[in-house]
Amino acid sequence: MIEMDTMNTNAVLCRGVTKTYGSGSTQVHALSGVDLEVCLGEHMMLVGPSGSGKTTLISIISGVLDHDGGECRVFGREFSHMNRYEKTLYRKQNVGFVFQMFNLIPTLSAAENVAVPLLINGVSRSEAVDRARDVLNRVGLGDRTYSLPDQLSGGQQQRVAIARALIHNPRLIVCDEPTSALDHETGHKVMELLHETAIGVDRALIVVTHDARIFSFANRIAKMDDGRITYVTSPHHYLENEKQN
Amino acid sequence: MNFIALKMLVGNRAKYLGIIFGLTFASLLITQQSAIFLGLMTRTFGFLTDTGLPDIWVVDPKVQYIDDLKPLKETESLRVRGIEGVEWAVPMYKGLLKARLPNGTFQACILVGLDDETLIGGPPEMLQGKIADLRNSDAIIVDIVGATGKLAKILPDGTRMPLHIDDTMELNDHRAVVVGTCRVQRTFQSQPVVYTTFSRATLFAPRERKLMSFVLVKAKQGQDINILCQRIRQMTGLAAYTHNELRELTVHYYMKYTGIPINFGITVVLGFIVGVAIAGQTFYNFTLDNLRYFGTLKAMGASNGTLFRMIILQASTVGGIGYGIGVGAASVFGLMTGNTELSFYLPWQLLVFSATSITLICAASSVLSIWKVIRLEPAIVFKS
Ligand SMILES: Nc1ncnc2c1ncn2[C@@H]1O[C@H](COP(=O)(O)OP(=O)(O)OP(=O)(O)O)[C@@H](O)[C@H]1O
Ligand SMILES: [Mg+2]
Repeated sequence: MIEMDTMNTNAVLCRGVTKTYGSGSTQVHALSGVDLEVCLGEHMMLVGPSGSGKTTLISIISGVLDHDGGECRVFGREFSHMNRYEKTLYRKQNVGFVFQMFNLIPTLSAAENVAVPLLINGVSRSEAVDRARDVLNRVGLGDRTYSLPDQLSGGQQQRVAIARALIHNPRLIVCDEPTSALDHETGHKVMELLHETAIGVDRALIVVTHDARIFSFANRIAKMDDGRITYVTSPHHYLENEKQN
Repeated sequence: MNFIALKMLVGNRAKYLGIIFGLTFASLLITQQSAIFLGLMTRTFGFLTDTGLPDIWVVDPKVQYIDDLKPLKETESLRVRGIEGVEWAVPMYKGLLKARLPNGTFQACILVGLDDETLIGGPPEMLQGKIADLRNSDAIIVDIVGATGKLAKILPDGTRMPLHIDDTMELNDHRAVVVGTCRVQRTFQSQPVVYTTFSRATLFAPRERKLMSFVLVKAKQGQDINILCQRIRQMTGLAAYTHNELRELTVHYYMKYTGIPINFGITVVLGFIVGVAIAGQTFYNFTLDNLRYFGTLKAMGASNGTLFRMIILQASTVGGIGYGIGVGAASVFGLMTGNTELSFYLPWQLLVFSATSITLICAASSVLSIWKVIRLEPAIVFKS
């Protein structure tokens, strides 16, 4: 286990984080000084127009992308002090992912897909699949453990993906547009599930979304624009604010 | 993670079968063509294999391979016999001769004349009769392929009657009586083989000044054969080869002066290239199909080493299956062609050779895939 600073109440702390893609004339400043704080136990939503840098930011926070400048700490550890191996270890032990397009391996059953993070962490196949069945039960798919992804509806697939993000008890769960491939009702149910299962006192949940109808699930909403966080507020204030503009 | 790798592979049915097909094809082509090539090469010295008794073959110095007949004076066998360390030395005649069949047609035969006294150098396996029957007057022994094929009697209704004991034919206008049939190794020469005694052979053969093809020598017990060879060379001015040397000389001649190795070499290389092309390309496409999932695994913390092992496992699985089917099919082919004109020789070394080839093909095929996956940025998982 990587030593994480448990005294810190911040799950994520970003200060002046910058990220530039490409070079020369094709340069894109995706992030130009992001300040953001996500507390332990918090459900944070990231919203903002297309191209404002939301995906880039959660890629950095989840350790799949390196940032260029500024500070970015997760559970008290600064990314720029981690080498490649430590970052891989960080992702393996501490991060759960939920993607817009689910990214379930099509030739594995639901239970096997859910078991993948445990397998990556070196748990044996039989134990991993057993535990995967339990988690599938928790997300209401106890009867679909043997189904292949394309035998499941979009909502069911996303629930499998949530089970996969939860199974190894990661301290941070990042979701990029988890409901945008689903209809409104299914999306709502998926958010309910995420909210019930993924929140914990020593954890944080970060959800990138465009979907105003799920804003109410968040503790706070961070609005991004043009590579910066413009403000952070409660869902209630956010909706009022948006109405006024 | 192993079962994930295997399920990924097998689940992509079309590509999985495509890769296996490519590797099977390569393995079959490489094994089968090499086996035919080796078979052909063993044929080049088939006569030598049949004549296993002598330690040393004394021939004209200009002889380049076993069937390259350059006659010697008969007295040479006496000279060799007198050399220290020689247990025995006997003459052997080998030459082409015309046989006249009962229906009046002619057929060229290989005539082998064995030392009258000892009959050394006779056929390795008698099917009918005994070698000693060659001592009867006009006696010959005919090889079974010739007896049932080119030398068979053709009846008026067109059916072929194999030659039997007591059948007669004319060899170069001399009467010859069949006293036995034998089996010999197939060689590059397709003519029937006829055995008789040395003196009768020289009678049958067209008159020439020199009529002896080889002196076959046995070394005395305890005599170093290489030293004896050297001694024979020095004392007679002739060439003397051990069994293995003459075989190597022959194989070397065919390798160097015929297009056979190049022909087969091209086919084997082609099998290799086709293997790399089909299997490699399909394998790479398979990896590309799964890149999103490799990326997902990577994001979730799978190390490059883990992904590397997954790809190696996938490649060696298809490699093993393709190799197995290919070699199996080649062996079945070899069994089916066992007793025909086709030569086929599949020693274990050849199995190692094709295994190495398939391993190389798999390695070449997976290099690109591994490169692609190792360099993959896990951040692609968030791209939709
Ligand atoms: N790999 C990349 N190479 C070059 N530019 C990139 C790359 N990824 C993102 N960008 C650019 O960086 C900027 C921020 O992109 P990002 O994907 O973070 O935005 P986003 O807020 O997630 O948008 P959306 O809501 O459309 O998903 C955009 O201008 C985008 O074109
Ligand atoms: Mg995005």
